[in-house]
Amino acid sequence: MSSSDAPPKLYAAQEPIFPKKVKGTFRNLKWVIMFVTLGIYYITPWIRWDRGPSLPDQAVLVDMAGRRFFFFWIEIWPHEFYFVAGLLIMAGLGLFLFTSALGRVWCGYTCPQTVWTDLFYTVERWIEGDRNARLRLWKGKWDLRKWRLRITKWIVWLLIAVATGGAWVFYFADAPTLLRDLLTGQAAFVAYATVGVLTATTFLFGGFAREQICIYACPWPRIQAAMMDEHSITVAYRDWRGEDRGKGKDREGLGDCIDCNACVNVCPMGIDIRDGQQMECITCALCIDACDEIMEKTGRERGLIDYLALTDEANEREGNPKVPVMRHILRPRTLIYTALWSLIGVGLVVALFIRSEIGLTVAPVRNPQFVTLSDGSIRNTYDIRIRNMTQGDAVFRIGLTSDEILRVDLEGGQDLMVDVPADETLLQRVYVIARPDDPAATADRTELRFWVEEFGTNERAYQSQSFIGQGTQ
Amino acid sequence: MTDQEHSNLHPDDPETTGHSWDGIQEFNNPLPRWWLWCLYATIVWALLYTVAYPAWPMISGATPGLLGYSTRAEVAEEIDRYDALNADLRTQLTEVDLAGVTQEDMPDLYNFSIQSGGATFATWCSQCHGRGANGVQASGYPSLLDDDWLWGGTVDDIHQTIAHGIRNEEDPDARWSEMTAFEGILSDEEISQVVNYVLTVSDQEADTTLAAAGETVFLDNCAACHGDNAMGDRYLGAPNLTDRIWLYGGTPEAIEETVRHSRFGVMPPWSGRLSEAEVRATAIYIHSRGGGE
Repeated sequence: MSSSDAPPKLYAAQEPIFPKKVKGTFRNLKWVIMFVTLGIYYITPWIRWDRGPSLPDQAVLVDMAGRRFFFFWIEIWPHEFYFVAGLLIMAGLGLFLFTSALGRVWCGYTCPQTVWTDLFYTVERWIEGDRNARLRLWKGKWDLRKWRLRITKWIVWLLIAVATGGAWVFYFADAPTLLRDLLTGQAAFVAYATVGVLTATTFLFGGFAREQICIYACPWPRIQAAMMDEHSITVAYRDWRGEDRGKGKDREGLGDCIDCNACVNVCPMGIDIRDGQQMECITCALCIDACDEIMEKTGRERGLIDYLALTDEANEREGNPKVPVMRHILRPRTLIYTALWSLIGVGLVVALFIRSEIGLTVAPVRNPQFVTLSDGSIRNTYDIRIRNMTQGDAVFRIGLTSDEILRVDLEGGQDLMVDVPADETLLQRVYVIARPDDPAATADRTELRFWVEEFGTNERAYQSQSFIGQGTQ
Repeated sequence: MTDQEHSNLHPDDPETTGHSWDGIQEFNNPLPRWWLWCLYATIVWALLYTVAYPAWPMISGATPGLLGYSTRAEVAEEIDRYDALNADLRTQLTEVDLAGVTQEDMPDLYNFSIQSGGATFATWCSQCHGRGANGVQASGYPSLLDDDWLWGGTVDDIHQTIAHGIRNEEDPDARWSEMTAFEGILSDEEISQVVNYVLTVSDQEADTTLAAAGETVFLDNCAACHGDNAMGDRYLGAPNLTDRIWLYGGTPEAIEETVRHSRFGVMPPWSGRLSEAEVRATAIYIHSRGGGE
């Protein structure tokens, strides 16, 4: 490209892309993944799970108001947020693992942007026809037929977008109730706003922005470069086999590539994979399917475009046999990622099984530090919270362990038994009293241990605290 | 800028911006045009926003904005909304028997009283009685947490005290007690004797000879209010002198000061300034802090 005196352009119009329909292994894989992921996304909130009375019977529910996360038989309380943190770390490590092994495999198959764009392309192809028909339509005048096709397409896109945005909110409230409320106009404003925003973004990102999101808006292409090495599997063109490319029957001096452009025509990112590895490539492998089909037709070996590692190039140029894919995937780096990933996973599962279903927090009231009673006793006050994370009402006995002689009273004058309803936290004010002749009354600080014991099961929860006496003065 | 700087190493590479540093060239990969329009849209949005909402600083305050948005108005609206929500509870609170408002019997009313009474206490009472209601020892602001009450510690007693105050002249229903200043009435020796006597009845160290003589002085001058056994009298608001709780301190010096010059702590009446529901909620709140009888 030669230079010119005109200043270089800083902004460019979007190049429209009209990917052609393609058949093959990877296309089928994409169909399956699209089917499964969309299925999980749409169906999950509708799975019921009986947790007994007064608890939601939705299998997967993020209960913002009640600060609970329900996942089938697992219930996560806010203080157990480390489970979510652990899952996020696992998700991160999982991405490292898959990227170092298989490049942008996430982008190509499971990224929501890819899945919905693929779905939108399918709709577009169904309504407006395949690549050539769409190209003609795009160039053609805005006559009645064009308007009709365009509007039909936009309506179908919009329906998909509404369903997408609509499905999201069901994770945050009881799905059947919310659906009824949404339809009758009784749902909360935030529900409509969420549906609205997600509908708009799905419609715009899936229908119009498409590959622009992957190239310009998404940070992942930049980050993933740091996670790949020469053994990572990416989609690549065997140029040592294909070049020089050329059309025609006379293949003298020409490689296997017949320059049919099938790989370019099917690419949803609008790139030519024969230019080599490039940032825009999401490794969806549709070009592999397209090229393999041509290779079959022309009676050549498949795999002119293939999943390859950078090291394969040097190796195959020398005429050595192909390195099996598993040899690329199983290497120290991926094994370390797998080990770390599994370690956290095992840790979370263990934590899930050993976690206690009752909990105790004791907050001392330190304004004032203590109260002197008329007989000279010293009284400390504590606000204790008892969490009953079981799914049944429970009775707890509150107690105190201390070498000193101390008395415990509950506010409201009950005995030391309290009822805590299922799945709730009880706040109870507790007084601990040292008589004037108790050592704790005159000491500076005395260690105590609060405990609560669930009546019937003898399960206990403890917390250590200190008692402040007159010695502090 | 020379042509050399604009040229590329590879014929398929995009054109360069002409920027080059140490042999590294900057390719011109133009941003998509829609992104540029997004930038313009944000600029337009920002300008419209400053017109619609309070933004531009002027000499006395900012421009109000065309939408009339105001955080103060929003807060006022919120407060009104919650006031309306609590109106029923407030009416109920003014009608019920205060002693019956407990966690078990009327949990809603009880919780409302604890929360709103706590807020009222923090606003109006904490200046003297302290944020934790522990009073200020030796300055005559009583602790409301202990089990010693000059005028009684039932929730109704507390309500009466809050509503009408103590020793204030504005309210004829205010509780009233007044101790005589004994300086001039009693001799220095008699004062010293009675102080030592008071120290002994509250189990503190004292001069036994002086204390023995002080008993007579006490019975002649103090027992009328504080009782023969110095246990005080709630009807008169006379404090119990035998316990460990001293409003103005239990040291010999503090007791002597009280005997000589007397004390006259005043609490204002709140029934005119606070609504009846607020007074009642505050009474329930104080009653629940550990000293209620």
